[in-house]
Amino acid sequence: MEIFGLLADGFLVAFEPLNLGLVIFGAAVGLFIGAMPGLGSVNGVAILLPLTFLVPPTSAVIFLGAIYYGAMYGGAISSVMLGIPGASTAVATTFDGRPMAMNGMADHALIAAAVASFVGGTISVILFTGFAPPLAEVALAFGPPEEFALMLLAFATFIGLGGDDIPKTFFSILVGLVLSAVGYDIVSGEPRLVFFDLPGFSHKINFLVLAIGIYGIGEMLWTIDVSRGNVTMSKATVSIARTIDAIKQILKSWKTMVMGSFLGYFVGILPAAGATPGSLMAYGIAKSIAKDGSTFGKGNIDGVLAPEAANNAASTGSMLPMLTLGIPGSPTTAILLGGMVMWGLEPGPLLFVDHTEFVWGLIASLYAANFFALIINIAFIPAFIAVLKLPFTILAPVIFGLCVVGGYVPTQDMHDVWLMLVFGVVGYLLRKLDYPLAPAVLAIVLGPIAEPAMRQALIGSQGDVMIFFNRPISGTIMVIALFLILMPLFKHLPFMRKKVAVG
Amino acid sequence: MRLAELIMALVMSVFSIYLMWKSTELPIGWIPEEGPGGGAFPFWLAAGMLLCCMMILINWVRRTSPPSQSKDVFMDREALHLVGVVAVALTTMIGAIHVVGVYVSLPIFMAFYMRFLGRHSWRLISGFVVLTPIITFLFFEITLKKTLPKGFTEPLFYPLYDLFL
Repeated sequence: MEIFGLLADGFLVAFEPLNLGLVIFGAAVGLFIGAMPGLGSVNGVAILLPLTFLVPPTSAVIFLGAIYYGAMYGGAISSVMLGIPGASTAVATTFDGRPMAMNGMADHALIAAAVASFVGGTISVILFTGFAPPLAEVALAFGPPEEFALMLLAFATFIGLGGDDIPKTFFSILVGLVLSAVGYDIVSGEPRLVFFDLPGFSHKINFLVLAIGIYGIGEMLWTIDVSRGNVTMSKATVSIARTIDAIKQILKSWKTMVMGSFLGYFVGILPAAGATPGSLMAYGIAKSIAKDGSTFGKGNIDGVLAPEAANNAASTGSMLPMLTLGIPGSPTTAILLGGMVMWGLEPGPLLFVDHTEFVWGLIASLYAANFFALIINIAFIPAFIAVLKLPFTILAPVIFGLCVVGGYVPTQDMHDVWLMLVFGVVGYLLRKLDYPLAPAVLAIVLGPIAEPAMRQALIGSQGDVMIFFNRPISGTIMVIALFLILMPLFKHLPFMRKKVAVG
Repeated sequence: MRLAELIMALVMSVFSIYLMWKSTELPIGWIPEEGPGGGAFPFWLAAGMLLCCMMILINWVRRTSPPSQSKDVFMDREALHLVGVVAVALTTMIGAIHVVGVYVSLPIFMAFYMRFLGRHSWRLISGFVVLTPIITFLFFEITLKKTLPKGFTEPLFYPLYDLFL
C-alpha cells in the first residue's frame, strides 16, 4: 500500500529529534493554554504563531498541530474546574463536567475528558489517513470557479450549522470580508479602503491582528466581565485508586466515545463547521440515545465523553479540508492556514504532490501528538489544578502582555497593535450582544482567497456568471452552498412570523 | 441590554455606510468582459452589512433576538468599572510604548494590574516586573531576532546589542 509507505516516511519526519521535541513541547504548551480560562486552541495557535518563524515550515506546522491537539485536551480542564469553557469547543463539556466537579468528581471528569479525547483523536487520525489522498485527487480538478464555490460553501456551512442569530452571523462574515479587502485592489493595483489615509492601511489587515484582538484581548475583557476579575476554583483531589475507578467507568461507555468520534470527524471535515458544532451534536445524540437521558446535565460521565471525543476528532477532521482544499474547518485551522501561507506552503491539492514530506510528516505527527497529549494530560492533572489556582489577576496581565507583543512582532508596526486593541474592545462589546465573532476571523482569512478566485473566474469567462454553474464540480458545490445559505433564511422567516402572531 | 443592542446596530449601520462610501473610490459597477470593478467586492459586502443591521433592527423592534428582550443592564457598575480600568490601562500601556518602549511600559502595566486589581504583594510583583523584560528580550530580540519598540530608551540597549548580536 502506497499510503502506508508514505505514512512510514511521515513517521520518520515526525520522529526527527527537533520535530519530536516540538510535538512534546507543543502538546504541553497547548494543554496549558487550553486549560487557561479564556484561552483555547485558537488563542494558543494565534499567540504562538509568530514564534514559529524560528524553525523550518514543516516543523512549525507540526508544532502548531501539537499545540492544537494539546489545547483540545486542555480545553476541558477549565470547563470542568471553573465552569468557564476554555474555548467554544469545550462548551458542551461544561454541561456535565461542571456538575461532576461540584459533586467532588473533578478527577473523574478530567480523566474522562482525556481518555475520550485520545479515543476521538485516534479514530479520526485513522480516518484521516484513509480519506486524505482521494479527496486531494478530486481537489486537483479545481480552478478559480471551483475555488470560489468552495469558499461560498465554507461560509454557507458556517451559517447553516452555526445556529446563532442569523443576521448577526451574516454581519460577522461580511465585516471580516470587507476588512480583508483593505490594502490594494489585486486586479487594478489601486489603493483601496485606506481609512483616513493612514499608511498602516496601505497593506492588508493581517488576520493575526483580528484573531489576537478578538480571542486575546476581547476574550480576556469578557472573562473579566463575567468573572468579576476573580475566577473561583472548585475543590479537587486525585489518587491512583480513584483513577482506576474512573477508567473502569469510562470503558463501559466505549460506544458513546466511538459515536462521538465518527460524528465529530465528519462534522469537522465540513468546511467551517469545526469542533464546536461537532461536540454539541455529539452531546445531543449521546443524550437522546442514553437510557438515563434525564441524568444528563447533572453529572453524567457520558456527557463529558461524547463532546470530548467529538471535539478532538473534529480538530483532526478540520485539518483535512484545510490541507487538501485550502478551506479551514475551524477558526484555529484558519489561523494555521494563514501560517502555512506565510511560510510559503500553498495549501491545496498540489500540497500533496509538491510537499509530500510535509503532509505525511504532519499526519504522523498528529498520531504522535495525540499519544503524548494523553500521557502529559494524565500526568499533569494535579499540576493543572495547581496552576489554575493562580489568581486570574496574575494570569491576565501576562496574557495581555503576550497579546501586545504578539500583535507587534509579525509586521513590526504599532499600527497593528492599535488596530488589535480596537478589534478587541469592539469584539468584546459585540460578543456581549450575541454577535458570533468566529465567522469574521474565518472571513478575513478566506476573503483574500475568495475575491481573486471570483474575479479570475469572471475575467476568464469574459464576465459570464454562468461559469460558476456550468462546470460540474463548481456547479454542484454552488447549488449546495446556495441551498445552505438560503435554508436558515427560510427557517428564519416563518419563525419570525410565528413570533409576531403570538405577540 | 435592549438599548445597547439598538445603539450597536445603529453604530454598525453608520460604519457600513462609511465603508460603502469609501469603496466608491474605485469602480463599483460591472466592467464588461471583466466582471466586477475593484470597489465592487467591498461595496456590495458593506451593503450586505447594512442589510444585516436593518434585520437586526427589525428583530429589535419585534423583540425576537435575546438581547432585545433582555431586561438586564448591558454592563452593571462593577463590570463597567473593572473592564473600564483594564481597557484604559491597556490603552495607556500601548500609547506609552511609543514613548518609553515595551520594556518600560509593559512591566508598569503588569505591576499596576497586579497591585490594583489583584492586590498582590510587592515582592511577587517585583519578581514579575524584573523577569518579564528579561525573558521578553532574550526570547524575541535574541532568539527570534525581532526588535521591539523601545522609544527613547533605545540607547540603553546598545551595550546589550553589542553583547548578543
